[in-house]
Amino acid sequence: MKVAFWPGCVSKGACPELYVSTQAIAEPLGLELHELYQAPCCGAGVLSEQNPELSDSLNGLTLAMAEAEGADLMTICSTCQGVLSNHSYHLARDKTRLDKVNATIADQGFIYKGTTKVKHLLWMLFEDIGIDRVAAKIKRKLTGLKIAPFYGCYILRPIESLGLRERPERKNYLERLIALLGAEPVEYKGATKCCGFPMLTFNRDKALAMGGNHIMEAKEKGADLLVTPCPLCHLNLDAQQPDASRVLKKDIDVPIFHLPQLLGLAFGYEPEQLRLNHHVVSTKGALEKVELKV
Amino acid sequence: MEFTIEVGRYNPEGIYSDAAVPGKPFPAPWDRSPVRRYQTYKVDLPEHAVVLDALIAIREYQDQSLAVRCACRSAICGSCGIWINGHANLACKSKLQEFTKDGTTRVESPPSMPIIRDLVCDMNPFWEKHLAVKPWLQNKQPVPPPNEEYRVPNASMEELVQEVSCISCGVCLMDCESFAVNQEFLGPQALAQAYRYANDPRDAQSKERLGEYSKSGGVWDCTHCYECVTQCPKGVEPLEQILKLRRMAVDAGFTNNPGTRHADAFAESVRDSGRLNELTLLPKSIGYFNVVDQLKTLPGAFNLIRAGKLPPLVHKKIPGLSRIKAIFQRVGGRFK
Repeated sequence: MKVAFWPGCVSKGACPELYVSTQAIAEPLGLELHELYQAPCCGAGVLSEQNPELSDSLNGLTLAMAEAEGADLMTICSTCQGVLSNHSYHLARDKTRLDKVNATIADQGFIYKGTTKVKHLLWMLFEDIGIDRVAAKIKRKLTGLKIAPFYGCYILRPIESLGLRERPERKNYLERLIALLGAEPVEYKGATKCCGFPMLTFNRDKALAMGGNHIMEAKEKGADLLVTPCPLCHLNLDAQQPDASRVLKKDIDVPIFHLPQLLGLAFGYEPEQLRLNHHVVSTKGALEKVELKV
Repeated sequence: MEFTIEVGRYNPEGIYSDAAVPGKPFPAPWDRSPVRRYQTYKVDLPEHAVVLDALIAIREYQDQSLAVRCACRSAICGSCGIWINGHANLACKSKLQEFTKDGTTRVESPPSMPIIRDLVCDMNPFWEKHLAVKPWLQNKQPVPPPNEEYRVPNASMEELVQEVSCISCGVCLMDCESFAVNQEFLGPQALAQAYRYANDPRDAQSKERLGEYSKSGGVWDCTHCYECVTQCPKGVEPLEQILKLRRMAVDAGFTNNPGTRHADAFAESVRDSGRLNELTLLPKSIGYFNVVDQLKTLPGAFNLIRAGKLPPLVHKKIPGLSRIKAIFQRVGGRFK
């Protein structure tokens, strides 16, 4: 299946393991990735809060590029998903806004008709690829692992633009996927809460406490690892985890996996192929439970 | 139709907050709440019944000791804000059928607020924040003698209809994720009201307000999680009002803060390369002259290097960057 692929800035920057593992699982899932190399950063909500028209235009351009590809736009980041969903939702309903965007991007050779559907990989697994196909590709059951889902705010809220009103089941895809891969999903309150990343630069200790608290709650419920569809959550939960331990004065030490890394493991890839050896928090303990080494 | 309700009861034997325990910073809300016991009741109610109907039925016919706070039963008074299945909602507006999960509905006092009894929490933290934003019109000083009543154009009040709809139920604050780790944060309700007064043409203190709201505990302490937008029973969308306040504060010249520097660094990076430059975003947001805070980020950077995760030192530009630059030129405003 052909998709217009928007990898987001972070998978090309501080989380290359996300990009590599997405490329790895595309083939078994039958995804033909047409990467939008010329699309700009979504602005992560920062640009839209400061200058809504600029954000409309930049994201309108990305949506127009996907429309020109004639395929759905696939994201691998909850934040990109939230921002692009928001813009596609409003541009499809507000003709004045759409006209403004087109007045800006027409000079750049693009016109957006307002038809692009934006879908996170997580949604595509259930709604487009089909969960039977995912199940058929499993070569290595992750039995014995207790996995805590961590969604990231922007794939859950606000519910209108993300289509959660029509498809409330999107709130439980991670739990269903974890069970499908043979592992046990951990139920805890933090799963749908904020990792704290948006506050990291303004209010560092509070942001670290926020993420750290959620990981600790999952750990107390027995989680061996957390899995997230959002690389920004990954940055706060993995890269900043040693600092969160310091703030909370608790030893956290729980590895954080990207969604495609978890799928990749189940599809039989080796941990190095998914760059599971390039995390700040070692993935060793969790991998040993499924008899793998890094 | 029979419904099962699990009610969080006040347990006087329970341990209160360990927030006061020294050496235990930033306890999560569930660490902070008193130990509660859950008591299960069964009630027979029509299909369309709401959670509050069940609570009243329990109190009237089964257990007079249950403490419930409510008044209008019509989502107007804002008294019955409570935690239902782990999220704050108005009990009078939440249909039992929709909130029945695995055959039961769990109702309890929100762990983010101090508890008085059973389902009655102490709203003082909420009212303190509400008052802190000065939710009243402030006239020019000395007050000029009025020639006639203060007239306001219709259009400028229409702008504020959303914020005026607030019923002060506190649901947004109960679920606010920033408030859960930062008691100083003014919170969504107070800041939505702050926007309402800062934007009223009759208010003479708009600029002073924006200065106050830009300080620590103000608009930049919001974590942007959209919980308040999702939970507000009146469609106030407090987060959207906080974002508007941020814009207004920057326009009014309150730019010497990490929030504004972060937004500026972000926009510059997208304008100049099409992508986010993670390597410069953090130091630019902190401010190059803030050596103490800069040093705090060093261990994090070393961790990234050790894991082989540091972003490429030479930040690549996207192909077709001229398009992005042209868009900035046209609609970039202060980011041109």
